[in-house]
Amino acid sequence: MDELSAAERDTGAVIATRALTKRYRGGQLAVDGLDLTVPEGSVFGFLGPNGSGKTTTIRMLMGLIEPTSGSARVLGRPMPRSTRAVLPHVGALIEGPALYGFLSGRDNLLRYDAADPTADPRTRRARVAAALDRVGLTAAAGKKAKAYSLGMKQRLGLAAALLQPRRLLVLDEPTNGLDPQGMREIRALVRELASDGTTVFLSSHLLDEIEQVCTHAAVMARGRLITQGPVAELAAGARGRLVVTTPDPGDAARVLKEQGVTDVVVTDDRATGEPPEPPRDLAEVNAALVTAGVRVRGFGLQRASLEDAFVALTGEGFDVAG
Amino acid sequence: MSQAEDTSVRVTETRPTAPAARSVRRLWTLGLFRSELTTTFRRWRTLALLGVLAAVPVLVGIAVKIETSDGGGTGPGGGGPAFIAQITNNGLFLVFTALAATLPFFLPMAIGVIAGDAIAGEANAGTLRYLLVAPAGRTRLLLTKYATTMAFCLVATLVVAVSALTVGALLFPLGDLTTISGTRIGMGEGLLRALLIALVVAASLTGVAALGLFVSTLTNSGIAAMATTVGLLITVQILDQIPQLHAIQPYLFSHYWLSFADLMRDPVYWDDLTRNLGLQAVYAAVFGSAAWARFTAKDITA
Repeated sequence: MDELSAAERDTGAVIATRALTKRYRGGQLAVDGLDLTVPEGSVFGFLGPNGSGKTTTIRMLMGLIEPTSGSARVLGRPMPRSTRAVLPHVGALIEGPALYGFLSGRDNLLRYDAADPTADPRTRRARVAAALDRVGLTAAAGKKAKAYSLGMKQRLGLAAALLQPRRLLVLDEPTNGLDPQGMREIRALVRELASDGTTVFLSSHLLDEIEQVCTHAAVMARGRLITQGPVAELAAGARGRLVVTTPDPGDAARVLKEQGVTDVVVTDDRATGEPPEPPRDLAEVNAALVTAGVRVRGFGLQRASLEDAFVALTGEGFDVAG
Repeated sequence: MSQAEDTSVRVTETRPTAPAARSVRRLWTLGLFRSELTTTFRRWRTLALLGVLAAVPVLVGIAVKIETSDGGGTGPGGGGPAFIAQITNNGLFLVFTALAATLPFFLPMAIGVIAGDAIAGEANAGTLRYLLVAPAGRTRLLLTKYATTMAFCLVATLVVAVSALTVGALLFPLGDLTTISGTRIGMGEGLLRALLIALVVAASLTGVAALGLFVSTLTNSGIAAMATTVGLLITVQILDQIPQLHAIQPYLFSHYWLSFADLMRDPVYWDDLTRNLGLQAVYAAVFGSAAWARFTAKDITA
């Protein structure tokens, strides 16, 4: 308790790691000097290509893996030393759901609930029923889990994370295997939980998903933290591109270059480029296009996405493994 | 707990349903043991193992019945498991015969399957990580697994004993019985000794249970852990048969297993029985500690 530094108390960080490092026995450096700060009440997106160390980090935060060096604090307490005190307040979905196929969905939840020594057995059935209801599995609760589709297993895994009111939810790829409707429901659920004050730590490889639901994000690549901060700031770091839709893309490209637009790329019926530097009124650029006889169908600035920010930060595509 | 609360004062305020502080109740920690028991005994594999064990006395009983139906006894020199010659006189002896027949291999193999699968099987299915973040607690989970394996030892032994008693009562006469020492004891005392023997047989399996649990903490493959445990069992049984190795044989967990027959002496001959139980305690302590040391320090990557 006395180890809780004043700084951590002030920032109200739900997760705080300092120089967190994990080197596996084979010598592979999975996580390298990670300084992660997840503010309380945030929906925190944890981004990175496969093999970038996200899951190893999550496992260290959950006390499943001992760090090689550095420290991790969850809810202000050191992990993995305080798993007994911390984890009852944490719901987790790690690397997909894992279920007992020969048990029904309901019995799976009853078992996971029984594993929590702080869970009151008198309210167990009611809490299990509520969790099933919350993820829309009430109708399938009596079915054996091995008969579940991947999406239903994913929902059941989420239900296990929601058996108790949690202060922190750690969700590793929660929409994996869900159809678009299921994805929307899970996103709505995450927003709902966040509005209740639960901090949500969400890892995903879907950038637009992070962009849609997260308030904060961190980007990892090759075991290192590249950046972290509010999503709006991260996306603002990358500049938008000017997009002109026209049947005359060649002429458009020429005019755009004359107007100071750089990095002009022509595709089918579009010409895109970096807006002129220093910034100027883009209406003038449009007027110049029209004056030059270019038939403009569409003209606009495409807002920078998180993906643009990611590519700008890592200098590589998102699916490249580290 | 108080500092952890500090960091989220706002959260607890906005969620009145959240209990201020959830505490660990000692009684509730038994919930995991109950859950573990029901989970284990609802696996078809467990039921299949028990079914095989229950079938052994049936086969032995029917074989003895057919063999002796022509009037001739199996005779004392006929070989086979202990007590088999007496079954035709008293069905209760089928209990002792069945235990003597299953103890060298069937029973420990079943224990090896359950114990080997205990941790490794959960790791294999990925359920181990969810139990641990629940948080089950590593020591608590390991103790629960060991207790469940012991419970299975007892249930498996009793299944053999009860099946044998039923078959024995159906096929053969019951009544007073003659001990190895030649004295006669009543049916009631005979039943009592049968129960005592079943308990000793179950206790004889605690060593191999601890060994299996330790192996189970070494791998993430349930099948590998089961195969290793059963392989070790067979190896030990073979080593115990090689006369040149008599120097190490007293330290093999199976060496005194058949000493349970000494409970049928009058008076009971305790020396080998206590040696057996002492040896099982040593195995349980050594491999239990090894399993604990391994499991509490292990990186859970499955």
